[in-house]
Amino acid sequence: MSKRLIDLQHITKSFDGQTVLDDLNLYIRENEFLTLLGPSGCGKTTTLRIIGGFESPDTGNVIFDGKNITSLAPNERQLNTVFQKYALFPHMSIAENIAFGLKIKKKSKAYINDKIKYALKLVNLEGFEKRSVDSLSGGQQQRIAIARAIVNEPKVLLLDEPLGALDLKLRQDMQYELIRLKNELGITFIYVTHDQEEALTMSDTIVVMNQGYIQQIGTPEDIYNEPTNAFVADFIGESNIIDGIMIKDRLVSVLDVTFPCVDEGFGTNTPVDVVIRPEDVELVAPEAGMLEGDVASLIFKGVHWEIEVLAHGFEWLVQTTQMHPVGTHVGIRVDPFNIQIMNKPESSDEKAVESDV
Amino acid sequence: MCNLKRQLLAGPYLLWMAGFILLPVIMIFYYAFTTTSGHFTLLNISSIFASIHLKSLLLSLKLALICTGVCLLLSYPLAMILNGMKEKSQGFIVFIFILPMWMNFMLRILAWKLLLSNNGVINTLLEALGLPGLDILNTPSAVVFCMVYDFLPFMILPIYNAMSRIEDDILEAARDLGAGTVTIFFKIIVPLTMPGVVSGITMVFVPALTSFAISDLLGGGKVLLIGNVIEQAFMQEYNWNLGSGLSLVLMVFVIASMALMSAKGEEGGAGVW
Repeated sequence: MSKRLIDLQHITKSFDGQTVLDDLNLYIRENEFLTLLGPSGCGKTTTLRIIGGFESPDTGNVIFDGKNITSLAPNERQLNTVFQKYALFPHMSIAENIAFGLKIKKKSKAYINDKIKYALKLVNLEGFEKRSVDSLSGGQQQRIAIARAIVNEPKVLLLDEPLGALDLKLRQDMQYELIRLKNELGITFIYVTHDQEEALTMSDTIVVMNQGYIQQIGTPEDIYNEPTNAFVADFIGESNIIDGIMIKDRLVSVLDVTFPCVDEGFGTNTPVDVVIRPEDVELVAPEAGMLEGDVASLIFKGVHWEIEVLAHGFEWLVQTTQMHPVGTHVGIRVDPFNIQIMNKPESSDEKAVESDV
Repeated sequence: MCNLKRQLLAGPYLLWMAGFILLPVIMIFYYAFTTTSGHFTLLNISSIFASIHLKSLLLSLKLALICTGVCLLLSYPLAMILNGMKEKSQGFIVFIFILPMWMNFMLRILAWKLLLSNNGVINTLLEALGLPGLDILNTPSAVVFCMVYDFLPFMILPIYNAMSRIEDDILEAARDLGAGTVTIFFKIIVPLTMPGVVSGITMVFVPALTSFAISDLLGGGKVLLIGNVIEQAFMQEYNWNLGSGLSLVLMVFVIASMALMSAKGEEGGAGVW
């Protein structure tokens, strides 16, 4: 694994007495695409702004490449930011926007011109030098904002929900562009978003945050398949989260039905949260299921049907490619390895997982 | 049909414009190019080159320029301070700036006349403090002073407006790209507030150039601006032809300065008009 480039140590930050970050510890490796993911108000943007130098932490240190940069101003840091609302300079042409950082560094004219050409080519907007900011679409402006940041050859690029204002198709295109850019440039990306799909598509590492606490750090696969608590499970994709009791190893009771599972080490008769992804719920003939219920609603989603089944007082969310009309009596079956068992939250920082998304 | 009805709504305003703007302008043009007996002449226009008129025009231009300069120098830092304050206090301070504008224009000038007079409040205070008295009443200084006082809000408000429209994002982006405070000021804040500055300059320079009431009351008859000359031609000499001729000349200066500023404003990103 590559070395740690940024180290956030015991970061605390509050605004007007409201704690936004509480003793946050996080490191970012070189050349990593790291995403801070969470609902609004979870502290992800504040974390990014502390790294960028726009906010200073109340306590704690920001270590960059072995040096403590906690008290450095943004213009003294070797990183650049792409802002959510692009923040292009409206009184300058595209070329002047891109050249802004280089002119401050007193680079030669030839060097700057080369860089502008290179950056515009990189973001697929060749020949846009003389255009005005107003004449560009949102997606184009965002590309220019990226070009303006990367010509400075930062070691780290900070991206604050850069695709938030774009429409769905453009957002998906830009996700691939960003992955390509990251690979071509070979620099570290720290990306903030509340869009779980975006995070899963692009990241090497996802940091799921809620109410100022880190809930889980892991690869997209880890986060999706092995969420550590109900909050992560619910935030990353849809899930059925049901109260259950772990009878003993490999056996859990859910809604008064006993399910075999693959989890161990929770003790006996322990209350737990049981997470089952909607695509892992199988609808079968009533007599073949572990429990029986009735189809309550049916929505066509394109790739699959989204079905709600009322069984044992719980509305099961099911995604399936087979149509079951409303009112059909069905059986529900779940494979043991598709049942995810999680401890109920106990301490105060874990309680953050209970709040609504 | 609906469109026609909507256009009819502009009727009262069009009547107003025709009666109180268009008609007077036509009359001014008519008088300016005719003699008292109604014959065509250019003498009313060319009389601007008479030394006394030329002197007044130059003095008007000079005082208007000084007034505009002082207003700009006072307003820009003020607008910056104002913009940096909390939103709540901003509203209150703007309110204080606008407050005097609710009082009658003439009353304010008369108040300054009393304040600045030899035995006025200001001189009494200065004397009590053992400082030399201020003997500026009936001088161009007093006129400029009062012009600045009167027209300052017209400079502050557009600049403050332009400044408050600069988003924090833009300033942070500049900082992020390595710009220090001085660079941000000259490369970002100044260019982006240019439309406000241009608008403010126009709104101060034009009324200052054409002003006559302030010089009348605070100049004590010694400060003769082009506005005073025109006023005298109309009101004392009853020479409407001369007054109209000089008014046209002044109008040329007003329109020229507005056109210049308008062009500047468009350069700066947004037109003033």
